[in-house]
Amino acid sequence: MEHEITLVVNGTARRVRVPARRLLSDCLRHDLGLTGTHVGCEHGVCGCCTVLLDGRPVRSCLTFAVTVDGAGITTVEGLAGPDGGLSAVQRAFAECHGLQCGFCTPGFLCTVTALLRENPVPTDDEVTEGISGNLCRCTGYQNIVKAVHRAAELLAEES
Amino acid sequence: MTTRLFGEAVQRREDPRLLTGQGRYLDDLGREALAAAFVRSPHAHARVRDIDVAGALDVPGLVAIYTWEDLPERVGRALPLLIPHPALTHGRTAHPLARDVVRHVGEPVVMVVAADRYAAEDACALIEVDYEPLKPVVGIEEAVQGAQLVHEDVPGNVGAHLVQEVAGTGGRGAREAIETSPHTLAFRLDIERSASMPLEGRGVYARWDGRDLRVYSSTQTSTSVRMAVAAALGLPLPQVEVIAPDVGGGFGVKIVHPWPEEVLVPWAAMTLGREIKWTEDRREHFISSAHERGQVQYVRVGFDDDGRVLGLDVTILHDHGAYTPYGIIVPIVTSTQLLGPYKPGSYRVEFTAVYTNTVQVTPYRGAGRPQGVFCMERTMDKIARYLGKDRTEVRAANFIRPDEFPYDQGMTFQDGRPLIYDSGDYPEMLRMIKELIGWDAFERRPGLGIGIGCYVEGTGVGPYEGGHVQITSDGRVHVSTGLTSQGQGHETAFAQIAATELGVPIERVSVVTGDTRRFGYAVGTFASRAAVVSGNAIALACRKVREKALRIAADALEANPDDLDIAEGIVHVAGTPSAAIPLSTVAVLANPLRYAFDEETAKATQFAGSAAPDRPPVAEGEEPGLEGRDYYSPIRSTFAAGMHAAIVETDPDTAEIRILRYAVVHDCGRLINPMIVEGQIHGGVAQGIGGALYERMVYDQHGQLVNASFMDFLMPYATEIPHVETGHLETPSPLNPLGIKGAGEAGVIPVSAVIASAVEDAEGIEINRMPISPSELFDLRAARTD
Repeated sequence: MEHEITLVVNGTARRVRVPARRLLSDCLRHDLGLTGTHVGCEHGVCGCCTVLLDGRPVRSCLTFAVTVDGAGITTVEGLAGPDGGLSAVQRAFAECHGLQCGFCTPGFLCTVTALLRENPVPTDDEVTEGISGNLCRCTGYQNIVKAVHRAAELLAEES
Repeated sequence: MTTRLFGEAVQRREDPRLLTGQGRYLDDLGREALAAAFVRSPHAHARVRDIDVAGALDVPGLVAIYTWEDLPERVGRALPLLIPHPALTHGRTAHPLARDVVRHVGEPVVMVVAADRYAAEDACALIEVDYEPLKPVVGIEEAVQGAQLVHEDVPGNVGAHLVQEVAGTGGRGAREAIETSPHTLAFRLDIERSASMPLEGRGVYARWDGRDLRVYSSTQTSTSVRMAVAAALGLPLPQVEVIAPDVGGGFGVKIVHPWPEEVLVPWAAMTLGREIKWTEDRREHFISSAHERGQVQYVRVGFDDDGRVLGLDVTILHDHGAYTPYGIIVPIVTSTQLLGPYKPGSYRVEFTAVYTNTVQVTPYRGAGRPQGVFCMERTMDKIARYLGKDRTEVRAANFIRPDEFPYDQGMTFQDGRPLIYDSGDYPEMLRMIKELIGWDAFERRPGLGIGIGCYVEGTGVGPYEGGHVQITSDGRVHVSTGLTSQGQGHETAFAQIAATELGVPIERVSVVTGDTRRFGYAVGTFASRAAVVSGNAIALACRKVREKALRIAADALEANPDDLDIAEGIVHVAGTPSAAIPLSTVAVLANPLRYAFDEETAKATQFAGSAAPDRPPVAEGEEPGLEGRDYYSPIRSTFAAGMHAAIVETDPDTAEIRILRYAVVHDCGRLINPMIVEGQIHGGVAQGIGGALYERMVYDQHGQLVNASFMDFLMPYATEIPHVETGHLETPSPLNPLGIKGAGEAGVIPVSAVIASAVEDAEGIEINRMPISPSELFDLRAARTD
């Protein structure tokens, strides 16, 4: 049986018919064509599929689309400004070489965006802890940690 | 000069699309395609008696079900043995779908095509396969006993056996040298299985238009997939194109090809006349792709009072899993790269590669080197411990000296060519790493240890790569090379090379990799070879284009080509800035036209007066267009090197191992982009730490991989990886025009050796197995006190 739901994705209301078992990650990627959200394990460990659900990071591969009917969702496609300008977090990742293959990157960007919103000046330990739910197989995390601190600086400059 | 970009930490050109969700990975393509899914063997070893698909036929959205019997003869054949070797006397590969016997959990048995992946998996769940279980062979020791066979026609489970021996002075072999050495040691080492584990698994998407086949694959070699697919499907090569889109990590596993799915998905797309896509899930990646590392090593070494190795005798048992599609590259690399920066008086190495009922073993970043380096570095530490010497002193006593290059190790390397090191400076590197970690000032105490590991890595293996460079009439520079990218930043590094060679702003340069429509001849991305082989090929192609541009510009400016230079995309007479012509105009002049499409191109048309009427518009020996193609084919590998050191702390109660500091000094010749090189090292070290402390493939006695998920296979998070301090040494390679060596695998290679060295130092217990977990260290402590 299919259900008609509404997701407010990156500020736009999207109506979509999904079976009850449709994962939010699949709904975003395959029903709505927002393929920036990646799926790395489908069991909630790697964090590639992280999106912001009403501002809080969640694993979209462990979330059924029908359970978030009416919610606001931010994906990596929605992080840049309306003019297409990269967000501070995105710019910091580029500047600090915080990505290589880029597959885990959307999950990190969403996680870090929420982290810095909650804690604008995190310590080293808070950064490590804050990104400890996301796997990266390329970077060894060092430049990601650097990027988080740099993003905090950029955000402070902007505000 | 702004166009001098080689060697600069230029920001990556790939990043804007990858940071905004605009990357195009395999599963992002083909939104309308049908989905494939596979029924895979739940048994490690079994005979397939019957397959009953009746229960699946009513699944809504089902399109097709295929077993091996449904495949045409050519498609159902055993997959190719990619790298034959005379020592691989019993090479065996799988069929795309199991023909009669399955030899590991995860082997594909039935292919299902349906409207989407949900429906395809519904159908898979309803297909009943009747298996007759056979006794599985699990683990190296069970394999060498040979009581049960993985392949009925492979006696003793031995796929390959190879001995290489380098005699010492007077022709004395290693065994003889050891017998007469002042001191000897003998020991056994064990290295567990691990795997590449890119965060994007494999995937294939195929489109057939009735004449041409286009295949997208998350691969490390699109050109070779193309040839393999064309051969398997009986298609003329020009009718097949293969594209590697953005690839979410490879680390070796994606060099294997053609995977069963790379044959089956295109075949089904042709058969059904529909687009079909298969995206691997994580469990499939664990049980159906490839692993690496598993070896047992028996070592005997003879040495003198200074710790100089007089004879080294290593016997390796290598677990090859169920099949050998990639030949015996991994144990060959272990056998040869084991030597590292050292020159033992004599060396004998023998390996036996055995089959087991587990996932096949093919290269994972480092490709056999971490095992070899573990062996040699454990040997150095044991010699130092035996003689009561500093561990770095024993290493220094065995180094090849800087004045001994090129140094011939007397062996045959993985490319079939002599193992001759091109350049290096190991004593200086040792000095640098000791200084960086503070070796001499380190104060040892129980629970705190320091360790070191040295390696040499043959990089940039042939046979060749090519580059094509075209400057169009808008002044843009289009670079293509056939090998693929999985995060190494090739679009940036290769653009830096082209911008520097051609004297153009990097913003005007674009780079395409891994697309057979753009460049059809290539080998692939592995063995830290892309920068060396494609990088040099692109530089050579640029030099051809530059020469042609100067020739045409000289004609137009009535100048001598030798007096011309290019900067900011403009050819000018040196010292006379006003005498100049932009490359865009040179590109126009290079291509005589009948038809113009804008003002610029009008200059090249027949009445524009730019061509001499008494000569053919395209001179003999010339070609239209400002473009060039060249290849770089190395005579043999280059040899990068590195030394790592770490300080670890062990918990007195829980035996937890914490890395307090990690330092790397490495030499990959000239650096194209230091930011990218450092990133490669950081990532390699993190994978090395995974292999040293956390990652292992746990098979039970039935051949079930019991930790086939990210919950149980422990890849390090940020919380497990220390800050990595790096130092660079540059000894340019004399073998290639750019003087570069490779860097991709470097970081991972010595990490297990370094951590073992440090833990041993902290605990005073010999560490002979990797990885080492807290519970294993706890047990080792208990065994000591007993």
